[in-house]
Amino acid sequence: MSLLLTLSGVNTFYDRLHVLKGASLHVNEGEIVALLGANGAGKTTTLRTVCGLLRPASGQVSFAGQSIVGRSPEALVRLGITQVPEGRQIFGPLSVQDNLLLGAYGRGRRAQRTEVPGDLARVFELFPVLAERRHERGGSLSGGQQQMLAMGRALMARPRLLLLDEPCLGLAPLVARQIMETIVALRAQGTTILLVEQNARAALRIADRGYVMETGKVVLEGTSEELVRNKDVRRAYLGKDYDEV
Amino acid sequence: MTASALLQFLLTGITVGSAYALVALGFTLIYNATGIINFAQGEFVVLGGLLFFTFAEVLHWPLAVALAAAVIIVALIAVIVERLAIRPLMDHPVLSRIIITIGLSVILRGSAKLIWGVDAHSVRPFSGDASLMIGGAALQVQYLWVMGLTALAVIAVRLFFDKTITGKAMQACAINAEAARLVGISVPRMVQASFALSAGISALAGAVIAPVTFASYDAGIVLGVKGFCGAIIGGLGNGLGAVLGGVLVGVLENLGVGLAPTGFAGLQDAFAFLILLLVLFLRPQGLLSRQRTEGV
Repeated sequence: MSLLLTLSGVNTFYDRLHVLKGASLHVNEGEIVALLGANGAGKTTTLRTVCGLLRPASGQVSFAGQSIVGRSPEALVRLGITQVPEGRQIFGPLSVQDNLLLGAYGRGRRAQRTEVPGDLARVFELFPVLAERRHERGGSLSGGQQQMLAMGRALMARPRLLLLDEPCLGLAPLVARQIMETIVALRAQGTTILLVEQNARAALRIADRGYVMETGKVVLEGTSEELVRNKDVRRAYLGKDYDEV
Repeated sequence: MTASALLQFLLTGITVGSAYALVALGFTLIYNATGIINFAQGEFVVLGGLLFFTFAEVLHWPLAVALAAAVIIVALIAVIVERLAIRPLMDHPVLSRIIITIGLSVILRGSAKLIWGVDAHSVRPFSGDASLMIGGAALQVQYLWVMGLTALAVIAVRLFFDKTITGKAMQACAINAEAARLVGISVPRMVQASFALSAGISALAGAVIAPVTFASYDAGIVLGVKGFCGAIIGGLGNGLGAVLGGVLVGVLENLGVGLAPTGFAGLQDAFAFLILLLVLFLRPQGLLSRQRTEGV
């Protein structure tokens, strides 16, 4: 397995607020890696640093062997990193199909004509409900459908690394499970996934490995089985009592 | 007032209003992309008219070539202006960038004065001085050019936004700039494109209206303000609303002049503001917008 993404000693600030304090982690090609932790631990900031929305003050971020510090999000999309942002952030007034086509915006004119129609068909296959509602406004979809649209839009960029920020937040359990199954299916098709999720149990069920973050640092790492068995993780994130542990 | 006089004011109003509509659309395009009210918008109109004057009347280029050249050059000027004056302030509050556009308008107006002088320049109508008589009102053929080219431009802009991926990407930037970046859209490039499109449309307005109103370096203030009224009346940020608002301003100010007692006709410019105030009192979100547009 080759390294796809590496963060080492990354410090990121929001204005003067020091959020990431020397965070280090890596993702191998073909893995699903879960990023766990409480609110404010720095999970979203980690993703925003990887996708270029935030520039780290110090530390290294490299993707497929090259440093990507200081690259813009639009350049990183072309390089193969696409983020599905927290809260979906679809283009509400545009149609479902236009949202998806815009997902392929960075792929150049030739691809628009040759590859994009096929990719669109594949996304519709993955999420049939999007095909049914392709001409409706994105904003008219339900929360779960909007999450599917956000993921479909990201897939249209043909990412090597897909960053997912709380894809199941606010979704009904059944829909959340469907999203999780889709993530597994995407990995099977060769996409590497870095997943931020509050629901540690659900995330560790599908992830190969995981990292636990606290106050801007990675405090624990391991395979999903190791983390599920870990006492601290069980107590803090899996809702077990002291007695059970 | 007789019916034919009413018709006359109406025709003139629609014609002048068409030019306002294009200016209003220009305001809207830049506002949607950046949240900026571009106070140099009227100057783009004037530059379009004056360049068209130079190409068509001084250099005697064919009409279509002169028109295209004026539009393209003004679009390029807007791109340069955006790059030098607006983009360096991208991280500053919107208000700073709006104030920069006021400075830009002064510079552009001053440059126009240096190049073309203070005189108003007359431009020949596109296809002769002929007029058609309709119901006792004279319709200059140039009026038809103004209305026709305005309609064409509005339709072209509409198709651009609805049918092309670049147009949709521009909309995406206005809807959610961060999400747009995450799908690989370069927001600065889209802002640049919106400046070019906006200025090009305004230049077109300046060129087609030049045979009706003359081209002079200082017409930009009034044209800009009228176009701005149109954009506000239609609901700031709403393209179709801006076009309707612009036409409405033109029609109502001309009807106002016609209906006002003799001696009040000089108040033509005041009518635009009167209409604007009325709309702001009665329907502050504009005629077509459902809710107040949030700054993008």
